Amino acid sequence: MSVSDTPLTPPARHSLLARVAALGPLLGLLTLMVVATLLNSDFLSFSNLTNILTRAAFTGIIAVGMTFVIISGGIDLSVGSMAALIAGSMILIMNALVPHLGNGWSTIVVGMVCALVIGGLAGLFHGVIITRGRIEPFIVTLGTLGIFRAVLTYLSQGGSISLDQDVGDHYGPVYYGSLLGVPVPILVFTLVALLGGVILNRTRYGRYVQAIGSNEQVARYAAINVIGVKIATYVLLGLCVGVATLLYVPRLGSASPSTGLLWELEAIAAVIIGGTALKGGHGRIWGTVVGAVLLVTIENVLNLTNIISVYLNAAVQGVVIILVAFFQRGNRR
Amino acid sequence: MKTVPRFALLSAALLGSAALAQTKQVIGVSIPAADHGWTAGVVYHAGVAKTQLEKMYPNAQIIVKTAKDANEQANQIQDLYTINKISALVILPQESAPLTRPIAALKAKGVFITVVDRGLTDPKAQDAYVAGDNPGFGNVAGRYISKALGAAGGNVVILRGLPTVIDNQRNDAFNAAIKSNAKIKVLDAKFGNWNRDDAFKVMQDYLTRFPKIDAVWASDDDMAAGVLKAIQQAKRSDIRLVLGGAGMKEMVQRLIKGDALITANVTYPPSMIADAMRLTVAHVAGGKPIAASTIIPSVLITKANAAQYYFPNSPF
Repeated sequence: MSVSDTPLTPPARHSLLARVAALGPLLGLLTLMVVATLLNSDFLSFSNLTNILTRAAFTGIIAVGMTFVIISGGIDLSVGSMAALIAGSMILIMNALVPHLGNGWSTIVVGMVCALVIGGLAGLFHGVIITRGRIEPFIVTLGTLGIFRAVLTYLSQGGSISLDQDVGDHYGPVYYGSLLGVPVPILVFTLVALLGGVILNRTRYGRYVQAIGSNEQVARYAAINVIGVKIATYVLLGLCVGVATLLYVPRLGSASPSTGLLWELEAIAAVIIGGTALKGGHGRIWGTVVGAVLLVTIENVLNLTNIISVYLNAAVQGVVIILVAFFQRGNRR
Repeated sequence: MKTVPRFALLSAALLGSAALAQTKQVIGVSIPAADHGWTAGVVYHAGVAKTQLEKMYPNAQIIVKTAKDANEQANQIQDLYTINKISALVILPQESAPLTRPIAALKAKGVFITVVDRGLTDPKAQDAYVAGDNPGFGNVAGRYISKALGAAGGNVVILRGLPTVIDNQRNDAFNAAIKSNAKIKVLDAKFGNWNRDDAFKVMQDYLTRFPKIDAVWASDDDMAAGVLKAIQQAKRSDIRLVLGGAGMKEMVQRLIKGDALITANVTYPPSMIADAMRLTVAHVAGGKPIAASTIIPSVLITKANAAQYYFPNSPF
C-alpha cells in the first residue's frame, strides 16, 4: 500500500512569497551575523565560529530528534533532564569500570554504549506510555522531566558527579579534538543532521511520520502502524539525547543537577524557529539546524558586546525568536 | 536533666509561656533541598551537625527537613510545629519575602527562631541571625586580585552569579576593593549564573573578545571550573590567575597541590548552617546566650591554610 499519492502531506506552495518565507530562519541568521560583525569584527574569526557551532551541537543534535517527535504531533519536555541523567549515569558507570577495564578506550566505549542504551530505553518508555497508555505526551514527559532530574540529584547528593581524571584525559578529544581542522562535535552534528534529513525526506518511515502528524486518523485508515511509528520517534529522540551527552561529558567531565537545564526549551525553540509546525504535519531538518545555530549566536553576540544591559539578555533572545517566527509566518497555516 | 527546669524558666521569661517546657527539646532545621553544589554542602553539614549535637545534648532532638521551594518550606515549618512540636527553628529560607510571614507566625507561638544567611524582609520575625558576609566575600576577592596583580595592574574580567541582591553586594564590594589599584581595568562583567556550562561559554566569548586578560574573578568555584576548561581549550597563556569562591573541595585540593592558576579561594562556607545549629541548640538545650546577629566572615584560603578548609567527604 503506497501513501505517496494520498493527500496526507500539505500541497507544495510555489508562490515566490512562500519561498522567501521558507528561508525566514536563514535570513534571520544572516542578518544577525551581519549585525554581529559590525559590532565586533572578531565575530567572524575561525575560533569564534567553531565555538558557536560546537555549542550548538548539543541542543542541535537533540533538536534533530525533536523535529521527528514534533512533526508526528508529539512533544518531549524531558530531554534536558534526560541528558543530565544520562551524563551522570554514564560517568558513574565509567568510574566503576576503571578498576576492571582500566582508564582507556574500553571503559569509554562501554560508557558510550550505556549512554545510548539509556537514551533509547527512556525514549521507548515515553513512546509506549504515550501510545499504549494513551496519555498526552506533554503530561508523560512533564512527569519524567521531574523524575530524571530528581534521580540525578539523588545520585549526586546535590553536588556534582566527576569523571575519573585519567578517563577524562583519554575521553577529552571527543569534545576538544578535531578532524581536518573541524571540531568533532561539529562533525557529529553534521552527520546527525544529514542522517535526519535523509530519514525524514527520503524514506517511507519519514513520510509516515509526516502523515501521522498531518492527520492521525487518516494515517490509521491508510494502514500505517501509527503506534509503532510514534514509538520509534521517541526512541530516535532518546538516541539523539544519548549522542549529545556523549559529546557533552568530555567537555567538563562532570554532571550536576544544573546540567542540561532548559535544554528542552532550546531544542523545541530551534525546531519551531526552523519552520516546523508545533501542531505537527510538516517540518524540515535544515531549518532546525539553522534554528539551533541562531539561538547560540544570539547568546554569543550578547557576550561579545556590552551595549545592552546584562539584565536584558533574555529579552533580546525573546525578541529575535519572535521576529524570526513572524517573518516566516506565511509558511505555516 | 538539670537544664530542663532552667530552660522552662528561660522560655517562660523569654516567651511568656511555660507550655513549651518539655523533657526533650525538639529543634527543627529547615533548609533548601540540594539543587547545586553549595546547597548540597548545606545539607551535608546539617546532617553532620545533627549527629554531633544530639550526642552532645542528650535532651535535644534535631529534625532536618529540606524543601525545594518557598511554598514547600512554609508548609514544612507548619508541620514541624504542629506535629513535631518544635521549640526552636533554624531556617535557611529559600526566599526572604514569602517566608517572613510564616516564620513570624511561628515566633508569635513561642518558637525560638534562628534565621541563616538569607535575611527576612522583617528582622523582627527572628530571634537570632547567622549569616555569611557577602560584601566581605567581594571585598576579600577584590583585595587579593589587586595585590596579586601588583603595581603593574592588568585586565580583569568578572563572571557574576544570578541577578540577585547577594550578587550585587558581592560585585559592588569587589569593584570598590579593586579601586585601590588604579592600574586595574575591569573589561566586562557578565552573568555565568553560578553554573559551569554557562561560565564556560561566557569565558570562551571573553577570550575571543579580549586579546589580553590578566585575571578572572569567577566569584564561585563551579564557575571557576568552567572558566579553567575554556582557558585550557583556547590554549591561552596570558591569564595569570583565576579566583573562584565558596571553598569547593576540588578547588581547595587544587590549591593544596599548587595549581598554577588557582592560587587562592575565598570562603563562603556552607558549614554556616552547622554554626547556626550549634549556637541555637546550645541556647535552647544548654541555656547559653546567643547573639542577635552572628556574621561568619569570608576569609582568604591560600596554600598555607588550605588543609583546614578541605572536607573530602562533603559533596561540595
